[in-house]
Amino acid sequence: MGAIITLGILGILLLYLGLYKAKQALLPTTIIGLLVALGFSLSLWTKDATALYHGMVIFDRYAIAFSALLIIVTVLILLLSKEYFRSISDNIAEYYCLIVFSLMGALLVAAYHNFAMLFVGIEIMSVALYILVGIRKSDFASNEAALKYFLMGAFSTGFLLFGITLIYGAAGTFDLSGLREYVMSSTAISPLFYAGVLLMLCGLCFKVGAAPFHFWTPDVYDGAPILITTFMSTVVKVASFVGFFRLFSMVMVPVSEFWTPVLLMITIITLSIGNITALLQVSFKRMMAYSSISHAGYMLFAIVSIGPASASSILMYAVAYCFASVIAFGALILVKRKTGSEQFESFNGLAKREPLLALVLTVAMLSLAGVPLTAGFIGKFMMFNNVMGNYNIMLLIIAVINAAIAVYYYLHVVVNMYFKRGHEEPADRIMISNSYTIVLGIAAVLTIVFGVYPDVIIGLI
Amino acid sequence: MENFVTQMQGVPLNHYIIFCSIIFAIGVTGVLIRRNVIIIMMSIELMLNAVNLLLAAFSVYRGDASGQVFVFFIMALAAAEVAVGLAIIIMVYRNTKSVDIESLSKLRW
Repeated sequence: MGAIITLGILGILLLYLGLYKAKQALLPTTIIGLLVALGFSLSLWTKDATALYHGMVIFDRYAIAFSALLIIVTVLILLLSKEYFRSISDNIAEYYCLIVFSLMGALLVAAYHNFAMLFVGIEIMSVALYILVGIRKSDFASNEAALKYFLMGAFSTGFLLFGITLIYGAAGTFDLSGLREYVMSSTAISPLFYAGVLLMLCGLCFKVGAAPFHFWTPDVYDGAPILITTFMSTVVKVASFVGFFRLFSMVMVPVSEFWTPVLLMITIITLSIGNITALLQVSFKRMMAYSSISHAGYMLFAIVSIGPASASSILMYAVAYCFASVIAFGALILVKRKTGSEQFESFNGLAKREPLLALVLTVAMLSLAGVPLTAGFIGKFMMFNNVMGNYNIMLLIIAVINAAIAVYYYLHVVVNMYFKRGHEEPADRIMISNSYTIVLGIAAVLTIVFGVYPDVIIGLI
Repeated sequence: MENFVTQMQGVPLNHYIIFCSIIFAIGVTGVLIRRNVIIIMMSIELMLNAVNLLLAAFSVYRGDASGQVFVFFIMALAAAEVAVGLAIIIMVYRNTKSVDIESLSKLRW
């Protein structure tokens, strides 16, 4: 709880710093505050997990591990923000404050033990993001993305709430352990409960951007400022998955024969649509949006076949996906600053001009594609292993075909960087500041380290 | 208060469920078919209020206050959401001079 309170105070403090024009202090204060929050959440690691505050939140290892991941990724993203926000607007305190508030909601979603906290967490996370997506007030694409995100977010919240209500009507409680007792003990589960499960499934699939509820994702990711897209596709997506997984693993396992076929179809559609549409893209940013849909499909594997290893496989996948995405979007910011374009062509000949940047981006792309010796491979391997344990051969075959398709469009960038000639002279270099070097370096090293020594992550939960 | 509870229990629970489902469905249909952004937001509010009513009904029938507390959470957060949503709509209106959802189709694959 210390972490969540720290973030709340930090957000308000940042607004005051903005009010008193202390621009230089914004980034250091945010980073220090986030590190304090990280310390608070890690300090609970060895304690016994009990549900606190009348069963509202629980800080078990699952919640702590994901909270730590979310905070670390946010720190990396904020380090990238140093020059980025200043180039957009004069009032930059709001960016930091809103990102911190959104992170606070994400931590609440990771640790909820009562539907009230799930709802409050998702709303805190999303409402801050609606503003962040539309923060370029005069940019038409940003406006459109904000409006679409807002309408779809509010619409899906309606479904989520109706589902929660029906489950409450059947079980008479919002508490996860109470719901588990209801599902385990009662022989005749009310039909209201099943309807509630389906509606909650719809609402949560909207939030994570799984097909057929994915149609807002590419537009919103494309229209938002790149750094906000990074935040959305890593922190927010992972947090939604953490909430999704906690609900289904704690409560819904005894009724799994009811929802597994539905979720299986959703997973297959998500994988195929994400991958096949990503093939057709000419813009790198939009390709990343579609690829994030297909990654949502892979993460759904853990929920389709819930087993003892599911929690750690979803953690491994999330770690790999987050770090690789941070690198990819960070590189895109640098390239776009130079060429002014987000198309694949703007990466042409990057290896000649910036060999290190090209190398780091290659590592990220290989990790996203799931090539061995990167973290992405371990993540995909564990997901496939889960599914194989349940003898779900059909899903496995579709997943492998999709993984092969994904290699094509990820390597598209790599081919452009190494084998195509750019327009600029080799001497025409990109200005890369220290913070970018540090963030991209750390993320690339971690991607490879976790790929070679995956036990560091796997043993955690 | 006792009187109110007995009055509310005078209506069978099934009627509440059917009534709220109909209101919710009207809200969903409104979001899907209307073109005016303001009306879409009103439809979303209709969805949320159907949920509120159903929660209150369940809560009375079970004699459990937590459902009514949840209604307060929904009201508070729906108000915050509407505030942000209206701000976004005004921002869009300044740029496009329109609140028609069709005017927002620049981002297409």
